Amino acid sequence: MQPVRRRSVVDVALQGDVIEAYGVAARAKALNRLRVIDIIFRILTRAAALGVLILLGGVIISLIDGSLPALRTFGLNFLVEERWNPVTEKFGALAPIYGTLVTSFIAMLIAVPLGLLIAVFLTELCPMWLRRPIGIAIELLAGIPSIIYGIWGLFVFAPFLQETLQPFLIAVFGNIPVLSMLFAGPPYGIGMLTAGLILAIMVLPFVTSISRDVFDAVPPVLKEAAYGIGCTTWEVVRYVVLPYTRVGVIGGVMLGLGRALGETMAVTFVIGNAHRVSSSLLAPGTTISATIANEFTEAVGDLYTSSLIALGLILFVITFIVLAIARYMLLRIERRIG
Amino acid sequence: MNALYAARRRRNRIMMGLSLAATLVGLGWLVVILAVLLWEGFSGLSLAVFTEMTPPPGATGGLLNPIIGSLILTVLAVLIGTPIGILAGTYMAEYGRHDRVTSVVRFINDILLSAPSIVVGLFIYEVMVAPMGHFSGLAGAVALAVIVIPVVVRTTEDMLILVPNQLREAAAALGTPRAFVITTVCYRAAKAGMITGVLLATARISGETAPLLFTALNNQFWSTNLNAPMASLPTVIFQFALSPYKDWQVLAWAGALIITFTVLALSIVARALSASRTQS
Repeated sequence: MQPVRRRSVVDVALQGDVIEAYGVAARAKALNRLRVIDIIFRILTRAAALGVLILLGGVIISLIDGSLPALRTFGLNFLVEERWNPVTEKFGALAPIYGTLVTSFIAMLIAVPLGLLIAVFLTELCPMWLRRPIGIAIELLAGIPSIIYGIWGLFVFAPFLQETLQPFLIAVFGNIPVLSMLFAGPPYGIGMLTAGLILAIMVLPFVTSISRDVFDAVPPVLKEAAYGIGCTTWEVVRYVVLPYTRVGVIGGVMLGLGRALGETMAVTFVIGNAHRVSSSLLAPGTTISATIANEFTEAVGDLYTSSLIALGLILFVITFIVLAIARYMLLRIERRIG
Repeated sequence: MNALYAARRRRNRIMMGLSLAATLVGLGWLVVILAVLLWEGFSGLSLAVFTEMTPPPGATGGLLNPIIGSLILTVLAVLIGTPIGILAGTYMAEYGRHDRVTSVVRFINDILLSAPSIVVGLFIYEVMVAPMGHFSGLAGAVALAVIVIPVVVRTTEDMLILVPNQLREAAAALGTPRAFVITTVCYRAAKAGMITGVLLATARISGETAPLLFTALNNQFWSTNLNAPMASLPTVIFQFALSPYKDWQVLAWAGALIITFTVLALSIVARALSASRTQS
C-alpha cells in the first residue's frame, strides 16, 4: 500500500538537500525552523503538565478564598457546631461531616468484605472463560453514572428498605440497649442507612477491581508452594495472597473510601437533607456533598455561600488526604511487584 | 488428625461459598438496576422525548433541549480538555519520564482523577461564574473539561510508555527532530489507546451532574447560547425526579435510560478498541 504523503520530516529533509545547492544559509534557515518547532512543542507539553499542578493549586486557593468569610466569622467553631440556620446566619459543619463519615463507614463496612470475596472468586475459583465477562460486568457497575443510582435509590431501593429491612432491624434490635439507639425511630425509607447501602454498591467495583489486580500480581510460585504443602484454597488466600498484597488492598480500599466520601448525587437523593446529628441510622441526615448540591444555588447572602464553600474545602482536604494515602500505598505495591 | 482435616475443608468450603455468593450479589445488583431502568425507562420513552422541549408540570413534553445541551457541553468539554491532557501526558512519557516534575504531576493527577466532582463545580463557580456574574453553559463545559483532563493525561501517558523505544530510535536516526518523532511516530503507534482514553473521559462526563449544578445551572427553554444557563440531561433528571409531578418523574426515568445507554455504549466501544489493540 502506498502510504499517504504528508508534509513529513522526510519531505523537509529532501527539501534540505535541494536547498543545499542554493546555499548554506537557506539550509540553516530550514533547520532552524525545525529547531524552533521542536522547542515550542516541548514548552507546550511542559506547560500542560505544569497546568495539572496549577489546576490543583487553583482548586485549593479558590476554595480557601471563597470560605474565608465563613471561617473568619465562625473560626474553628465551624467544625464542631451543629446548628445550620440560614435565617439567623448561624452555620456549623458538624452534621454534614458526621453524615459523610457515617455513610462512608457503612459503605466500607459492606463493600470491603464483599469486594474482597468477589476478587477471591475471580482469581481463585472462577473458570478462566468466565473471568473476563464477570470482571467487565462488575466494572460496568462503576461506569453507571451516580445520578442513576440516585433515582434508583429514591424510587426503588428506599421504598423496598422501608417495607423490609428497616422494620426488621427495628423489631430485632429495638429492645437491645445500645443497638436500639442505632435503629431508633420510624422507618422513613430514606436516611443514612439507605445512603450508606447505595454508596456500598457504588464503591464495590473499585474495591473489587483493584483487589483483583493485586491478587493477580502474586507470583504463582508462592501460591503453588502453599498448595504443594496441602493448603486449602482459603488458606492460600488467607496466609499467602492477603499478606503479600496487603498494601495494595489497603490502597484500593482507601481509593474506594475517597469515592464514598465525595459522592454527591446518589446520596443527595436518599439522605433526606436534615441538618442534625442523630444516633439513629434510620434517621434522615445530610452529607457535605449533599448539602452543597441541595443548597448552593438557593443560598442567599455571602455568609451562606461562603459557609457552603467552606464545607467544600473540608471535603476536599479529607478526600485529598485519603486519596494521597491510597496512591502512596498503591505505589509501594507497584514497586514491590514491578 | 482426621477431625482437623475435616474442619479445614469445611472452613474452605464456607469461605469459597461466601465468595461465590458475594459475586452473585454483585452481579445481581447490576441486573436489578438495569432491569428497573429498562422497565421504567422504556415506559417513558417515546418519539416526543427526542422532539419536544421540557414541559411545565402537568403538560406533556420531551427532553430535546437537555439532550442538545448535554451534547454541546460534552463535546465542548472534550474539545477543551483533550489537547491539554494529551500535551501533559506527552511531556510525562516523552520528555520527562524520569523527572521529579513528572512524578509529582502523576501523583497530583491521580488524586484529581478521583477528587469529588462537586468540588470542581465549586472551583469553577469561584473562578468563572462569580466574576462573570451569571451562570453559563461555557462555565459548565469548563467544569467538565477539568474532569476530562486527568483521565486523558493518565491514558496518554500509559499508552506512550508502551510504545517501543526502537521506534523512536529509528525515527531519530533519520534525523527527525524530537517533536516530529512524537507527533508522527509515537502518536500513531499509541492512537487506539489514546482514543480509548478520550472515549472513557466522554463516558465519565456524560453522566456527571454535580459540577453542572452551579455552573451551567439549568434552562427550561431552548438555548444554545454559551453565555446563558444551559439545560443538561443529568440536571433535568435531578430536578424532575425530585419533583412531585408524575409526568416529570416519567421523563426523568426516560432520561436516565438514555444516559445509561450512552455511557455503557461508550465504555464498551472503548473496551473493544483497547482489546483489539492488545490482541494484535
